[in-house]
Amino acid sequence: MSRILVRGGRVLDPSTDRDELADVLLESGRVVSVGPDLRVDDVEVIEAAGCWVVPGFIDLHSHLREPGQEYKEDIATGGRAAVAGGFTAVACMANTQPVNDDPATTDFIIDRARQDSPARVYPVAAATKGLEGRVMTEMAALVDAGAVAFSDDGKTIMDSGVMRHVLEYSRLVDAPVITHAEDRTLVADGVMNEGAVSTRLGLPGNPGIAEDVLVARDLMLAEFTEAHLHVAHVSTRGAVELIRRARDRGVHVTAEVAPHHLTLTDESVTGYDTHAKVAPPLRSEADRDACRAGLVDGTLDAIATDHAPHAQHEKEVDFVEAPPGMIGFETAAAVTLELVRSGDLTPLEWIRRLSTNPARILGRPGGSLGEGKTADVTIVDPERAWVYDPAKGCSKSRNSPWAGKSLTGRVVATLVEGRRVYDVERGPLT
Amino acid sequence: MSQPNLLGIEDLEPAEILRILDAAEHMVEIGHRAVKKVPTLRGRTIVNLFFEPSTRTRASFEIAGKRLSADVINFSPSSSSLKKSESILDTARTLDAMDPDAVVVRHGVAGVPKRVADVLSAPVINAGDGAHEHPTQALLDCFTVRQQKGRIDGLTVTIVGDILHSRVARSNIYAFLKLGAEVRVAAPPPMLPPHVEQMGVKAFTSLREALDGADVVMALRIQNERLAGAYFPSAREYSATFGLDRAKMRYAKDDAIVMHPGPVNRGVELSHDLADHRPSVILDQVRNGVALRMAVLYLYAGRRTADEG
Ligand SMILES: [Zn+2]
Repeated sequence: MSRILVRGGRVLDPSTDRDELADVLLESGRVVSVGPDLRVDDVEVIEAAGCWVVPGFIDLHSHLREPGQEYKEDIATGGRAAVAGGFTAVACMANTQPVNDDPATTDFIIDRARQDSPARVYPVAAATKGLEGRVMTEMAALVDAGAVAFSDDGKTIMDSGVMRHVLEYSRLVDAPVITHAEDRTLVADGVMNEGAVSTRLGLPGNPGIAEDVLVARDLMLAEFTEAHLHVAHVSTRGAVELIRRARDRGVHVTAEVAPHHLTLTDESVTGYDTHAKVAPPLRSEADRDACRAGLVDGTLDAIATDHAPHAQHEKEVDFVEAPPGMIGFETAAAVTLELVRSGDLTPLEWIRRLSTNPARILGRPGGSLGEGKTADVTIVDPERAWVYDPAKGCSKSRNSPWAGKSLTGRVVATLVEGRRVYDVERGPLT
Repeated sequence: MSQPNLLGIEDLEPAEILRILDAAEHMVEIGHRAVKKVPTLRGRTIVNLFFEPSTRTRASFEIAGKRLSADVINFSPSSSSLKKSESILDTARTLDAMDPDAVVVRHGVAGVPKRVADVLSAPVINAGDGAHEHPTQALLDCFTVRQQKGRIDGLTVTIVGDILHSRVARSNIYAFLKLGAEVRVAAPPPMLPPHVEQMGVKAFTSLREALDGADVVMALRIQNERLAGAYFPSAREYSATFGLDRAKMRYAKDDAIVMHPGPVNRGVELSHDLADHRPSVILDQVRNGVALRMAVLYLYAGRRTADEG
């Protein structure tokens, strides 16, 4: 099998705290050795001078839309968009049609990913049948089929008794339960963050307290059941604080935050651009700053995109009718590098939140460039400036608030199991 | 006008508001003539694009357009064969191809006139969008107050009712503040928008305090679906606490006037007596609505007329 030498880059490996200029030799899908000036003959060389060589990003939260909504995205296009953004593995949510609440659907997704997707795909199965919040799914069979976690995502389980049993039962299969924590009775008809901006714009507000209340409930249930709770896309100051305190008293909780909640605020809704509509909504500056602080101090373990493709005609409607969500694979690195440039995160800590921590949360390989580890590698040029044009990207959809924006930092190559699957000049290689 | 569209009072300079009010004075004169029609917009086409039904506002714009000799076309996607899911921007692009001279847009969701204006080359007049703005209502309210009081600067204006869901409240807050009035809002706490004081108003949950020394008291309509809803317990309790009658008006100045954008829920926002008699000026508001909208159409739709000589 071919050997690849990634030469002359800055190797950043959070699993071993390595941060040095070095070469990385990959063979038979594994990392063989890492060190300065490796002498190897008969090898394909990738020059990485000026770039960061890191373990492939792992996305805990995405929507690949297949089966059922292939006009928005499918596993092939979603997988190509993932590797174009440096993600070597992505977890995909269960709100497909049919819902991924059955081992046959999980099988289908895994089969399709094996054939079509350059990125690894980890199905998140529904926690309850049909995402209806009543009857729990066959978690043991779903895990056997390859499900990595359980979540009803946007169809938040409002019945606390059901959530209790879902958490309890998840211990049987040792998989996390992911909560999209918004109390739907408090969200009511809200379509953007409730605050001074919603008052000015006259759009129905979705208050941050809707998230705080449900995070508080789920943390208490996690503590009570001793299950692993993972809080998806945290967006409020209150939620960050609740998670921090729960972590301190030993609750098994992990959490993620999305690039848009780290960088944008509800001011982005001014102008009524439906590309700024997302659930949970873009919040206030204080919330955004608390999310950044939470990511920096480790309260929030991971950056996850919540990549949510929607077709153009679906977003060209009024702000209430428009579906929430934005695509995020291809912009995540550039957008979150802002936290490195601002000095909030070291490059190593940035990678930890994009790769090592997500791998740990899912209990999957990856997140490490240690010798013998799987050769999922991303190469990032942190200084490369570019203008993001979704029409030239790999996703089928274009719903991004960063469309047309100048960004700094770009993924230049991605390798999965030692195979080059993306190159910035040539695009996806599969 | 510094901007091609009238999307909200928030975007207007005080001088622009006064210019519209002054133009409306001339239009009032036309309304007093035997033949209430002038050739100002002859050959021009104004489209009333109403996604949300509204007899009053649409009729007011239609009469205003016709008195200026414009051709007025009513286009109501909600009642036509267009599907709900048709893209609003597609509707706007279709309309743009017909090359109208102005488009008057009404929609139940905030922001739609802005989005339509983004793709239309014709000027867009916002005739009410969700809980955002209803600029021509605020302009006619200012016009009516100036007519009644001779000035706006230095007055105290109290707006009572469902501030949270009211586009009339937002536009009036901007308009009266820009013209130098003090603006207060009063409502049951669930109907006060969060951080409303950042708009420059004083917020009250006591009607008595809000009315103290007021020159103008504006009651807002409570939408039927909220009469027995989650925001207050019942119409009866609302009427007792925030409904205006002659007894409560004694807290305001002796010569205070009462306004309402209509239609009134009699016995809820206003007592029967107040709805029909002085100091309420509700019919003046309706009458001035036509003149004010003539002024707006003249200043916005007429600009192409002026350009072409
Ligand atoms: Zn979600």
